[in-house]
Amino acid sequence: MSWKRYRQRSSEIESHLAMETADNIARGMTPGDAADAARRKFGNPTLIREEIYRMNTASWLESILQDLRHGARMMVTNPGFTLIAVLSLALGIGANTAIFQLLNAVRLRSLPVRAPHELAEVKIVGGNHGMGVNNGLYAELTRPIWEEIRRDHPAFSGVFAWNQQGMALGEGKDFVDTSGIVVSGDFFRVLGVDPWRGRLIAPEDEHTCPGSVAVLSYGLWQSRLGGREIDANTKLFIEGRYRQIVGVTPPSFQGLAVGDRFDIALPACMPKELYTNSFEINVMGRLKPGWTVASASAQLAGQSAGIMAATEITGYDSTSVKKYRQFLLGAYPAAHGVSNLRNTYDSSLRLLLAITGLVLLIACANLANLMLARASTREREIAVRLALGAARGRVMRQLLVESALLAAVGAALGVGLAEVLSRALVISLANGGDNVVLSTGMDWRVLLFAAGVAAVTCVVFGMAPSFRASGADPVTAMRSGGRGMTAGRERFSFQRAMVVTQISVSLVLLAGALLFVRSFYNLMNFNPGIREEGLTVAFIGFEKSNIAKDHMEEFKRELKEDVRSIPGVTNAAITTHVPLIGGSWGHQITIGKMDDGAAFTWASPEYFETMGIPLLSGRGFNQADTAMAQRVAVVNQTFVRHFLNGADPIGQTLRTHPEPGYPSTVYQIVGVMADSKYQNVRDETPSFVIAPITQFPDHGPVTAMMIRSTLPAAVTVDSVKRRIAERHPEISMYAGSFQERIRSGMLRERLLAMLSGFFGLLAALLGMLGLYGVISYIVMQRRNEIGIRVALGANRGQVVGMVMRQAGLLLVIGVAIGAVLSLAAGRAAESLLFGLKPNDALTLATAAGLLAAIGGVASFLPARRASKLDPMAALRCD
Amino acid sequence: MFLMEKRSEILQGTLDMLILQTLAPGPAHGHTIAQVIEHRSEDVLLIEHGSLYPALHRLEDRGWIVSFWGTSENNRKARYYRLTAAGRKQLSVETSRWERVVRAVNQVLRPAE
Repeated sequence: MSWKRYRQRSSEIESHLAMETADNIARGMTPGDAADAARRKFGNPTLIREEIYRMNTASWLESILQDLRHGARMMVTNPGFTLIAVLSLALGIGANTAIFQLLNAVRLRSLPVRAPHELAEVKIVGGNHGMGVNNGLYAELTRPIWEEIRRDHPAFSGVFAWNQQGMALGEGKDFVDTSGIVVSGDFFRVLGVDPWRGRLIAPEDEHTCPGSVAVLSYGLWQSRLGGREIDANTKLFIEGRYRQIVGVTPPSFQGLAVGDRFDIALPACMPKELYTNSFEINVMGRLKPGWTVASASAQLAGQSAGIMAATEITGYDSTSVKKYRQFLLGAYPAAHGVSNLRNTYDSSLRLLLAITGLVLLIACANLANLMLARASTREREIAVRLALGAARGRVMRQLLVESALLAAVGAALGVGLAEVLSRALVISLANGGDNVVLSTGMDWRVLLFAAGVAAVTCVVFGMAPSFRASGADPVTAMRSGGRGMTAGRERFSFQRAMVVTQISVSLVLLAGALLFVRSFYNLMNFNPGIREEGLTVAFIGFEKSNIAKDHMEEFKRELKEDVRSIPGVTNAAITTHVPLIGGSWGHQITIGKMDDGAAFTWASPEYFETMGIPLLSGRGFNQADTAMAQRVAVVNQTFVRHFLNGADPIGQTLRTHPEPGYPSTVYQIVGVMADSKYQNVRDETPSFVIAPITQFPDHGPVTAMMIRSTLPAAVTVDSVKRRIAERHPEISMYAGSFQERIRSGMLRERLLAMLSGFFGLLAALLGMLGLYGVISYIVMQRRNEIGIRVALGANRGQVVGMVMRQAGLLLVIGVAIGAVLSLAAGRAAESLLFGLKPNDALTLATAAGLLAAIGGVASFLPARRASKLDPMAALRCD
Repeated sequence: MFLMEKRSEILQGTLDMLILQTLAPGPAHGHTIAQVIEHRSEDVLLIEHGSLYPALHRLEDRGWIVSFWGTSENNRKARYYRLTAAGRKQLSVETSRWERVVRAVNQVLRPAE
């Protein structure tokens, strides 16, 4: 706009008046009269200026700028209003965007490959029911099954197999653990990933076993090779041999597992023997044009019987074989890759998104109330403007611009907040040492989402009050302005509805938050039947020690005795399986006529004492239970109930079903131990059998050790590591606090408790702000009436009571609606709760009580203010 | 004597014409223009001085006059206006239209002559 030109033009008026005044003085007038006469002759300078201003700023854009300036001024002059409105918006939008970004990264984002929607994963429908050995996070099929699919795949234009495994990079002191993928030759071609440098793995690489080539991810290429160009001499020591680096993948490609990255890709090679019971790979394919996931599934189902017959598992009993033959293959969409995070966090993230959505709703209701309260205080201003001839559309537009400005500032702040929040969320997802790699960077979808939320909030809630404000009849508005005893009926009911909504939604969120916090508390304080504090868990690998198979057991015992001699260590036991940190180990067993699965662990005699699991009857293990002696077992109470219907188990025998490496064996039950949790704290205790480690049929060069110590976990971990490294420097081991390991498995609950708690409090706070605002407003509107009442003799208590009754009614209605909603919403959270039901009465009552208490305070403040009204001042004012 | 109303369209066009005519001999500032119009009409046309300026700006926006800062006869900073070629053409258009109107009105008033 020609602001400068406007200035110039209006300064011209000053000079005109000066000249006229000078002329008048020359005609003999006194200076005062001369100036007056000049002004009389000129007309109204302000009007003229305004006309000039209008002429100069007639364009639409310029009047918007004018509105913006006005809006900004309004924001600055009402800092309290602005702060609450902008903060409500920022929190609502920010929290929503952050959670959405995470959900997007984990769930919605497509793989950065060519036509990701054509990708499908081939899996056994319903899984393999724990049959055989399951090796790897995303392993779904055995290699023999893959070979069958590779030979014949009518629905797919190309198929590939891959799996994920840790890979050792470098040797000696420079050794680092990296995450790798092993891929079939067609992996990159079918995915449509092009090399960033060199070439990627091709089918011919697959046949040269053991492989001699490797492909690096962009990240590892940068960090390890500094992004240097690769040539025929670029070699790295990977998994025990030097391999030539033939290529680098593009930066966008981080593998198929969302939340994991890969550093190294090696070609799969054909081992001497393919195991039909080792489920170790993931198979995916690209659908041919015209094929859908459903039609490919149908085709695979038809093919399944043949494939299963050709790859039949051996060494199992007839029931298992029969089950195997009935496996059906199916195709599943894989456009978004596979994800462990997704499986674990999907429902919690969705729930959190719903929660933040409700927070946004409350924030918007708050905003609407604020806008409404302000619109009513400005009703007179607007009425005057309308009476002076302002166009209705013009006033509406100004109100729109004002709320849009608020929304824009709130949204901008919200986007900033989202960045901070989502970074914090990713950090808290990366529990322990696990590396979670999620690209939650702002993408257009997230931005669109945030902007959409802001725009809708602004238009719907900002304009709703404006419609009425600008629709008001100027005369009525001016007459009633500020007094408003009759005119406010309709507006009141809208505001009340908003407050009731806020209170009821707040209650839902508060009750939900309490549920999750209590659930987390239950989980943290649940007694799993194991004394987990003071325990250290170690996983020890001694592949490089070259221990003969016969001496493996002896070697493990020596390791254990070594550890037991460390100062501070009170006990240590070796075991084949560590409970409570996920993972299971089961066998099918027969006892009498009962035939069912049971969890199995082989452990040294100290196990029960080390873990703090009491023996209830019979005996534990001792030196006499050697590999040569009668096989013995200790079972838990659930086992006794499930298999023996509570009868005395001592002396009974159980027989395991045969599996490769685990021939059918008869164990005599010699003792009963107390129930303890097995796979994780959340699951029901299974039937559980513990046998002596000496009788473990399949000794390998790895073992787990449980160590009880009186010293802090960090000290114990350190001294155990040092002691073992002194004697056996070639041994690799992981050691850490058992309790921390368990707790890191409760991340989902912690996340839910933390975030829902935060949002619940936020919701309550926003709801209370709303209630406070409306009650204050009502008190202000009724101050004449209250003044009259006080003048007629009403005492303070009566006035407070009158206002509180009004607030109490809103609270009661809100809480009642909220309670019903909470009960309905609780069902969605049922599977995420531990140790309490979603319709927990105590939780609901606590939430309602809490809300009522702060609601009482929020309405008492304005009520007290009302009671202190000076009747004379109240009546005279306005 | 009659007061020139700001918003009357015929008179507005007339004011435009009077301004253009005033500027025909050479540049002048707003105060001079007002004085000249009043003086020449023997104080019959009393313009509200203020209304002169929006009119001047309008003419400037249409490109009929241009403005520049100068110094007035008694050493005051003043904004001068000068007729452009387009303005001169517009003046002749306006003048001939005005004359047509005057002739027509006269014929109505004195049809017999």
